Amino acid sequence: MEEGLYVIIAGAGKVGWNLARELLEKGHEVTCVEQDRRRYLTVEQELEHAVQYGDATELWVLERAGIQRADLVVAVTGDDEDNLLICQVAKEKYLCERIIARVNNPRNLDHFKLLGIQPAVSATDLILRLIEHEVPRYGLVHLLDLPEERLEIIELVVSATAPAAGQQIQDLGLPDGALVISVLRGGSGFVPKADTVVEAGDEVLVVLDPGIEQDITDLFVGDNPRN
Amino acid sequence: MSLPARVSTVFVLVVGAGRVGAALATSALGRGHTVSVLDEDPLSHERLDVELGSSWEEAGGRFTIGTAMEIDALIEAGVEEADVFIASTNGDNTNLVVAQIAQRRFKVDRVIARVLDPRRAAWYQEQGLHTICPTQIAIEQLQQAALGEVV
Repeated sequence: MEEGLYVIIAGAGKVGWNLARELLEKGHEVTCVEQDRRRYLTVEQELEHAVQYGDATELWVLERAGIQRADLVVAVTGDDEDNLLICQVAKEKYLCERIIARVNNPRNLDHFKLLGIQPAVSATDLILRLIEHEVPRYGLVHLLDLPEERLEIIELVVSATAPAAGQQIQDLGLPDGALVISVLRGGSGFVPKADTVVEAGDEVLVVLDPGIEQDITDLFVGDNPRN
Repeated sequence: MSLPARVSTVFVLVVGAGRVGAALATSALGRGHTVSVLDEDPLSHERLDVELGSSWEEAGGRFTIGTAMEIDALIEAGVEEADVFIASTNGDNTNLVVAQIAQRRFKVDRVIARVLDPRRAAWYQEQGLHTICPTQIAIEQLQQAALGEVV
């Protein structure tokens, strides 16, 4: 991240408070906005002037926090409607170019997408991804989605029956928009060349355009990835 | 002996059956419209019954228990068929979000959101969302009552 950003964080709960502390340590300027009086007083003891009391969905509170010059607005309250509206107002009224919203209930993710609030981060989804990562029988793990940039990075474990097992990368017939960026074998990773042979048990990282996951899964895992 | 021409019936979905929402719902029902109410509190049904003096369903109303933010609850309450969508929960932010969902996702013709915060009501109105701000109305009426003759 570039140096010296001005960041407004709506919500000084566990996420907001710790985020503020980390960003301050990295040399950024931060204002946390907290609407619960008691919580505000607690956080104020540590963050001092970097926290303000108020409801960040109200325009005057955002203005007092300096929304007009904010480089980034992060809405991490425990309330999805609040987070959504804070980001909407920051983006559309105050023309803040960079926003990040927390989604508490993953079911609300569609609302954020509908109203153009991206990226929207769901802790539940992140933990779910970690679970998938830790449970090897799952065929495919999403490591990173960049919907705005239309890119994904996924991880797959090559099965013994997969079409790719025993083949050189250049002979795999990877669809357009997909690239194998690394192979993990026997505990160490390397960047493959065109003549690298994919072996059963390899963990491969693939960067791809969205929507072609199934082709990639068929190639590296075969028909029955979950068994 | 012909009856006066009646306004054609519309499907009204009221989200949030507080005092305002309930009064609106019963009055719309009384005018012969199809009315569906969505509220997360089952007890809000009682408010509708009291307004009518009979059971809401007996009078022809529809009632769904559920959270406004849940798409499934909105669909169960009939958002897909609604001609009019009124967001009148006791939370400004909920109203602003669900009204935009009704407008953009379900393409409801007439969407109205109750917003107590005058500045945000004004801004969202500028953005093309029909907002009603009781606070602003109160301010204007108080101004009129207190300073009306002076101005």
